[in-house]
Amino acid sequence: MILIAIISLGGIGVTGAVLLYAASKKFEVYEDPRIAQVQNVLPAANCGGCGYPGCSGFAAACVQADSLDNLSCPVGGADVMSKVAGILGKEAGTVNPLIAVVHCNGTCQARPHTNQYDGTRNCAIASSLYGGETDCSYGCFGYADCVTACLFDAIHINPETMLPEVTDDKCTACGACVKVCPKSLIKLHKKGPKSRRIFVSCANQDKGGVARKACNHACIGCSKCQKECPFEAIAIANNLAYIDPVKCRLCRKCAPVCPTNSIIEANFPPRKEKVTEDSKENKEIK
Amino acid sequence: MENKLVISPSPHIHGGDSIQKNMYSVLIALLPTSLISLYYFGLGALIVTVVSITSCVTVEYLIQKFLMKKEPTIRDGSAILTGVLLAFNLPSNLPVWIIIIGALAAIGIGKMSFGGLGKNIFNPALAGRVFLLISFPAQMTTWPVPEPASMHYTDGQTGATVLSLINEGVHDLPSYTDMLTGNMGGSLGEASAIALLLGFVYLLVRKTITWHIPVAVIGAVALFTGIMHGIDPYSYVNPFIHLLSGGLLLGAIFMATDYTTSPMSKTGMLVYGAGIGILTTIIRLFGSYPEGVSFAILIMNAFTPLINNYIKPKHFGGK
Amino acid sequence: MLRTFRIGGIHPPESKLSAGKKINRADIPKQVIIPLAQHIGAPAQAVVKKGDAVKTGTLIGKAAGFVSANIHSSVSGKVTKIDQALDASGYKHPAVFIDVEGDEWEESIDRNGNLIKECLLPPKEIINKITEAGIVGMGGATFPTQVKLTPPPGNNKAELLIINAAECEPYLTSDHSLMMEKGEEITAGISILMKAVDVTRAVIGIENNKPDAIARFNSLVKGYAGIEVMPLKSRYPQGGEKQLIDAVVRRQVKSGSLPVSVGAVVQNTGTAFAVYEAVQKNKPLIERVVTVTGKNMSNPSNLLVRIGTPIRNLIDAAGGLPENTGKIIGGGPMMGKALISPDIPVAKGSSGILILSCEEAIHKPMYDCIRCAKCVNVCPMGLNPTLLMSATDFQDWELAEKNHIVDCIECGSCSYTCPANRVLLDYIRLGKGKVMGMIRARKS
Repeated sequence: MILIAIISLGGIGVTGAVLLYAASKKFEVYEDPRIAQVQNVLPAANCGGCGYPGCSGFAAACVQADSLDNLSCPVGGADVMSKVAGILGKEAGTVNPLIAVVHCNGTCQARPHTNQYDGTRNCAIASSLYGGETDCSYGCFGYADCVTACLFDAIHINPETMLPEVTDDKCTACGACVKVCPKSLIKLHKKGPKSRRIFVSCANQDKGGVARKACNHACIGCSKCQKECPFEAIAIANNLAYIDPVKCRLCRKCAPVCPTNSIIEANFPPRKEKVTEDSKENKEIK
Repeated sequence: MENKLVISPSPHIHGGDSIQKNMYSVLIALLPTSLISLYYFGLGALIVTVVSITSCVTVEYLIQKFLMKKEPTIRDGSAILTGVLLAFNLPSNLPVWIIIIGALAAIGIGKMSFGGLGKNIFNPALAGRVFLLISFPAQMTTWPVPEPASMHYTDGQTGATVLSLINEGVHDLPSYTDMLTGNMGGSLGEASAIALLLGFVYLLVRKTITWHIPVAVIGAVALFTGIMHGIDPYSYVNPFIHLLSGGLLLGAIFMATDYTTSPMSKTGMLVYGAGIGILTTIIRLFGSYPEGVSFAILIMNAFTPLINNYIKPKHFGGK
Repeated sequence: MLRTFRIGGIHPPESKLSAGKKINRADIPKQVIIPLAQHIGAPAQAVVKKGDAVKTGTLIGKAAGFVSANIHSSVSGKVTKIDQALDASGYKHPAVFIDVEGDEWEESIDRNGNLIKECLLPPKEIINKITEAGIVGMGGATFPTQVKLTPPPGNNKAELLIINAAECEPYLTSDHSLMMEKGEEITAGISILMKAVDVTRAVIGIENNKPDAIARFNSLVKGYAGIEVMPLKSRYPQGGEKQLIDAVVRRQVKSGSLPVSVGAVVQNTGTAFAVYEAVQKNKPLIERVVTVTGKNMSNPSNLLVRIGTPIRNLIDAAGGLPENTGKIIGGGPMMGKALISPDIPVAKGSSGILILSCEEAIHKPMYDCIRCAKCVNVCPMGLNPTLLMSATDFQDWELAEKNHIVDCIECGSCSYTCPANRVLLDYIRLGKGKVMGMIRARKS
């Protein structure tokens, strides 16, 4: 009796195994084994920051491409790319590390609220309605669409300023927040040595007086910084100063002359002496 | 500006409807049935109803407060409603501890394990009832005999329900008057057809539910049992007895129309209702259980997502 | 049995506080701000510059492109600047600022109040005059009228002109008051419009909450062949173009099709009046009737207002801004836009100004969806709002598109009805924009 049970069950098992093996052989799809290898070294974040649908898509692209020049994984950075290059026996392209920067410094103190938003706290919904709770229609809503979009927990709303802040070592420059911001306030910026960077943290294109009235930290397009810059890295357009990250040598001469403190220097050591009387506030982010 | 203007997307006015209002209007609609059950089952009905409501509300409160760690929403009335409906599905001589287990199953398994109000797949009260029916078949199928202003609880005289009589092939059934007024054995809510229909009218007037589901359920049962009765009048009783007996009206009006577990489009509601009616009839006529409304509703609950997916509301300008 | 549209709909409290009030002429303000984008389509190009003297009716902005409209000065005076100004959209757009001096009109405008019934111009001339006058849909959609009167080739020929006199939005009475006071002119305007689109039949759809207007037009249309009045059962959103067509001719315009595909052209009563003035009196669209209302307003009124007047002036004319004002809405409570400031000017599409108190203005807290399907029952387009809301929330654009999110007319019936206070329309509007963008990108 037991024997019959063992034989019949065992028989079913063996037949099943044979069938499965045959099926797996017959319907096998050939895939370059290097794709799996490359995928193994990728961060598996599937963020899409590389421009491909997920890490497997990127791995396939790496294997197929002749050179890795235009391929880069923003999350893994140079480290991962050199590993990929090792697997494939190709040269890794050189990539400048980037980081997301927020071009708005309209803190709660600097930018008084002139109306009260009572809709869904979602930037996209609010922006379809109007310019925001303050008189600046270019600035940040603070409803955190970028925080929701970030897969790396790298951007957060500071509860005091109600502005998003980027955590340097977590940001992978995947660009998710850049795409989602309805006011296009977040841009990818050269990370710079020791993550040091200088940028104009304002997007208000109104005339100086109007912008200043809406926000104490607004760039008023006064061009003082432009005159101060020894490297001609600053241009003024649409009532806004723009610092070219390629030309900028991080000399820090522009920030102190800004009358509205709209130029941000990130990750620099604190200034030793008071440079001018204009820079009463300490403008260091960290 | 003196005070800040409020900005929000349109529409800027709201009709004033709320979850609470809907839940409480169902509770009001259940009131006549409740009074009838108190009249016929007396003390037992009172104990079962009170225990069921308190334990459902307590279970929901405790789960929300300590397991889900969020603000309890017991004030919306949905737990009270589940409690009442669960009680209506129980015999009036059920011991307190079984009712508490039923409430745990209804709220804990049937509702909160899915995420709470609006997310459950199965009607919580029915999930609780079926849980008890399978776990405690003896206690769940001994029905006290109705007795005006009864002071009995677990010690009352017991008898059979109309449907179990039919199931056993007995032809000596209660009169239509008894069935209409609720003078028959059964669970608390399987009582008076008149009281249940009164509640239905109230719900329709308050626009809490639409007519589609109840009418589809009742129509399908009437049609199906009518056909069977036409074929073989001796084996199959006439459709009126089916409509007035057991939990059909209670199920059709109050359980099948549960917002969360019923389809959203009107055609979907009709399909869903007809499905319940047909399944109920099949279980009643051919199954071993005398009553099948709760199983039928639970089975169709499972089909609701499928119905929603395939039967869309009639689209403007569409075919 | 009165007709109405066949799917969904709600009936919010009508609150027509200013019904039956005579139209008062609002004072001309000291300065007007005339936005160059008062219509759907490309903003007009300014043709005046700082320091130019203008008369009432002078062209100051020329239509830029096919879907665009001319803009005229509504006052006489001097152009002080052309600058960005906040408008009802909530953003700043270019506008012409004019300081008022006197009230001198262009000579070509016939300011005589005589009724001119006959119009002998050919259709082409009529449409030219409408284009010149910068007329747009006055119900709030502000679509340039001349574009609507010349449907793109390949479509059916229009057989019927429907005049939208439903005014289904609560509170608003501007069309109603215009119908009561300018009935003859509107009827003459309708006959001109009939000529312009070459139809022999016109139906005026009026909701039965305006029995006086129905009675008045029943007697007025006796003098005209082919115009009839159809009383409709009051139901929101009857004034939606597709809903009105469904109510009147019992045919549903297919998704993505124009009304002319079922042989209908819809125009608003206010537009019919503006067409009359433009064609018979050479008067461009420089003023309109605006309802100023609200439960706390001391004197809800219907005002005839020059375009560009700051709404603050209108509120003052209607008894001043109440103490506990929470919200100022441009338009009605269902589809109007909340305004940031009372300094926003009146534009061609401003049918009303509604003042809500602080208590009325704030949304109640939102709860989870209980899947009661009440939104499905009221949706006039036969959509499933709660499904579309979650599709948008989860960014499942494919699901949203498959469930016809682009057909949403943004009437707000779903949010109005939801017992869980869910902001269904906020999300659907967002998703609709996204999906429409994706469809456009796919086509190009």
